[in-house]
This record gives sequence, C-alpha cells and structure tokens, in this order.
Amino acid sequence: MTIESRRGEPGPWLRVGLGLLLAAVAGGVGLVLLADPVAPGLAGLVEGELERSGAENAVTAVLLNFRGYDTLLEIAVLTSALVGVWALGPAPRIRETTPSPVLLGLNSVLIPLAPVICAYLLWAGKSHPGGAFQAGAVLAAAVVLYILTGRRPRPRLPDAPMRWSAVVGLAVFIGVAVAVMGTGRQFLEYPVDLAGMLILLVETAATLSIAVILAGMFIGGRPEDEP
Amino acid sequence: MNPGLWFDAVLVVVLLWLAWAALASRDLFRGIVLFIAFGLVLAMAWVRLGAPDVALAEAAIGAGLTGALLLATWGRLPGQDDGPPEGESPDEEAPDDD
Amino acid sequence: MSSALLFAGAGIGLLLIGAWALVLRAHLIRKVLAINVMGSGVFLVLVGAGAMGGVVDPVPQAMVITGIVVAISATALALALVLRIANATGKPALPEDRERDLMDEEGAR
Repeated sequence: MTIESRRGEPGPWLRVGLGLLLAAVAGGVGLVLLADPVAPGLAGLVEGELERSGAENAVTAVLLNFRGYDTLLEIAVLTSALVGVWALGPAPRIRETTPSPVLLGLNSVLIPLAPVICAYLLWAGKSHPGGAFQAGAVLAAAVVLYILTGRRPRPRLPDAPMRWSAVVGLAVFIGVAVAVMGTGRQFLEYPVDLAGMLILLVETAATLSIAVILAGMFIGGRPEDEP
Repeated sequence: MNPGLWFDAVLVVVLLWLAWAALASRDLFRGIVLFIAFGLVLAMAWVRLGAPDVALAEAAIGAGLTGALLLATWGRLPGQDDGPPEGESPDEEAPDDD
Repeated sequence: MSSALLFAGAGIGLLLIGAWALVLRAHLIRKVLAINVMGSGVFLVLVGAGAMGGVVDPVPQAMVITGIVVAISATALALALVLRIANATGKPALPEDRERDLMDEEGAR
C-alpha cells in the first residue's frame, strides 16, 4: 500500500494516518474542555475598566481600546490582502447579462438602505452590538449588489478616491496611536476623557476602508485605466 | 434538560451536517450554497452563545461576503458562465500596463 | 453538559471535518471552503470555552471578530490565486492533483 495510488488519489495509508492524527487532536482538545477549566477569564477585568475605556459595549471597548493593537494589525492585514489581490493583475471582466428583475427590485430597496444601516451600526457600536467591521461589511455588500446588476462590464470604483479610502483607516489608526505619544503616553494609550471620541474617529475611518477593501476584493483585481 | 439545551443540540447537529454536506457534495456549486447556509446557522449559534457582535460579523462577512466571493470565483473559472472557454486564457486581450 | 460545552464540541467536530476535506479533496475552491470551516470550528472552540464560565467574556469574542475579518482577507487572496491558477493551467487544482476527479458537476461539460 502506498500513500498515493495511481492518478494521485489519496491511498489508504494517508487516510488512516490522517484519521489517527485528527483523533489525537480531537482527544486532546476534548480532554482539556471536559476537565472543566474554572479560569475566571478576563470578563471581570474588562467590567472594571469599562467606564474608563470610552465605550459601553464591552466588545467594542476590547477591540478598539484594550486590544487596539490587534485591531490595528487586523486593518493592516485587510489592506495588505487588497494589495495582494491587486498585485495579481487586472480585474476579470464580467460578461454582460440582463440582470434579473428580482435583483433590480431588491436593489432599489436595499442599496439606499445600506448607508443608513451602516451609519446605525457604526454609531450604535459604542453601547449596543455593532461596530466598524459590521458597518463596513454592510456597505461593501451594497457595492457588490450594484456590481451584480452588470451595468458596467468592467466594474471598478473611481480610482483616486478608492485608493485613498482604502488606506485612510490604517492611516488614521496609526496616526491616532502615534499622536497620543506626543503627550507623553505610550503608543495607543488614549487619554481617558478623549477615549470615546478617538474610538469613534478611528471606527469611522475604519468603516470606510473596510467597505472599500471588501468591495475591491470582490472585484478581484487591479482597477484598469479606462480607454 | 431545559429547552435551551435541546435547541442548542439541534443547532449543533444542523451545523455539523451542513459543514459535512458542503465539503462532501459532488457538486461544487451546491457545496458553496450549503456553506453560505452554514454561515447563517453559525450566526444563530453565536447569538445562543451570547455574542451578538460576532453574530453580526459572521452573517455579514462570514456568510454574505465570503459566499459572494466564492460564487464569483466559481463563476469565473474556465468553462463556467463568466469565464473563458476551456483552453483560452482571458488575459490575452487585457492591456499590458507596466 | 452545558450549552457552551456543546458548541465547543461542535467546534472540534468542524475542525476535524474541515481538515479531512482539506487534505483529501482536489478542487482548490473546495480546499478554501475546508479552511473556512476549520476556521469557524476554531472560533466556536474559542467562544464556547470562554462561555463555559457562565459569564459573558468579551475578549474571545473580540478575537473571533478579528479572526473572521482575517479569514475573509485570506480567502479573498486565495480565491484570486485559484482563479489565476485555473486560467493559467486550465484546471483549478494543484500540479499533483491534476489527474484527479475534481467533482465540480456543474462545471463538468
């Protein structure tokens, strides 16, 4: 018996080996979970510091303040992914089709609604479920819906505004993080009375960037110069 | 056992079945659609776990946008509706910019 | 057996299902699907284990939101690569898998 049979189909040894490995992993994680870890977690610590964080929603406070560095790097990952997709070449052309009337009808309702929902999620993220990522995704979805109608065979967002919007989130985040260092604080250490405003500023820029980046990744390639 | 636990058990079974069906189905298009459904049921699981922010993110990004990306890529493969016929490269007519 | 433990167990199951499909299936888009399923499994284990204490723990939730965004970034880049591979070599498969049955019924013409 071999790892691979003819034609490259996985042979029996590979399946058995894989099965054993996965069983070991599952057993290990399962044992840890079943041992009922009574670790208190960080919920208490977060609760204690919540008033000083600038947000009432604990998850937003963790994302934008306590673990703000992670979110900064995450936006950097998003931006890099867009650069990566652009590096692969021009966007694939979409064949022209007549869009279905269902799509057109839905679009006339959903596309105008999207900025409203986006603004609500962004604003409410401070004290209710919501936030920059969810808001940006809704806006990106509206752009995707428009592209799906096939009105433009080479879908693209306007060039210079798109490039600036894609980087503004990362730029504002880094800018704020460095600016607070000017008052003698650490990188990303917000002053307590300004924390709420700074979080909102960063989230707004991030929402715009996230929307543009996600839509750009759906388009799938570098925007070409129109002839 | 309280009804909440029963509901969660059903949710878990549906989740696992959808994941298995999405990955094991013979038809890739069906697999992608099942994956989108999986993402939406997962959003419900997040709500049951007390994580509404995660549920919003999963529904919008994990199910919606990822699903759109998958379907768009599948449609652009050579031999599919939007892609070049097998054997042709779509970049032959694209302008070369350096 | 609490709800949170149940969901964490589901997460382990998704990890296994995803890893199984990732190794054994040939079509590249299906491999991307498998990675996403594994990622969702990891997120379930994270939040499920965090919820086992009975109190809502916001830190794993924030980590999972970050994870979801990173997952779609990686997926988008991976899918762009899959498209380029398929256009360049004719098949959306790795070189060693080119002879295998890709199981893409709608695409099989």
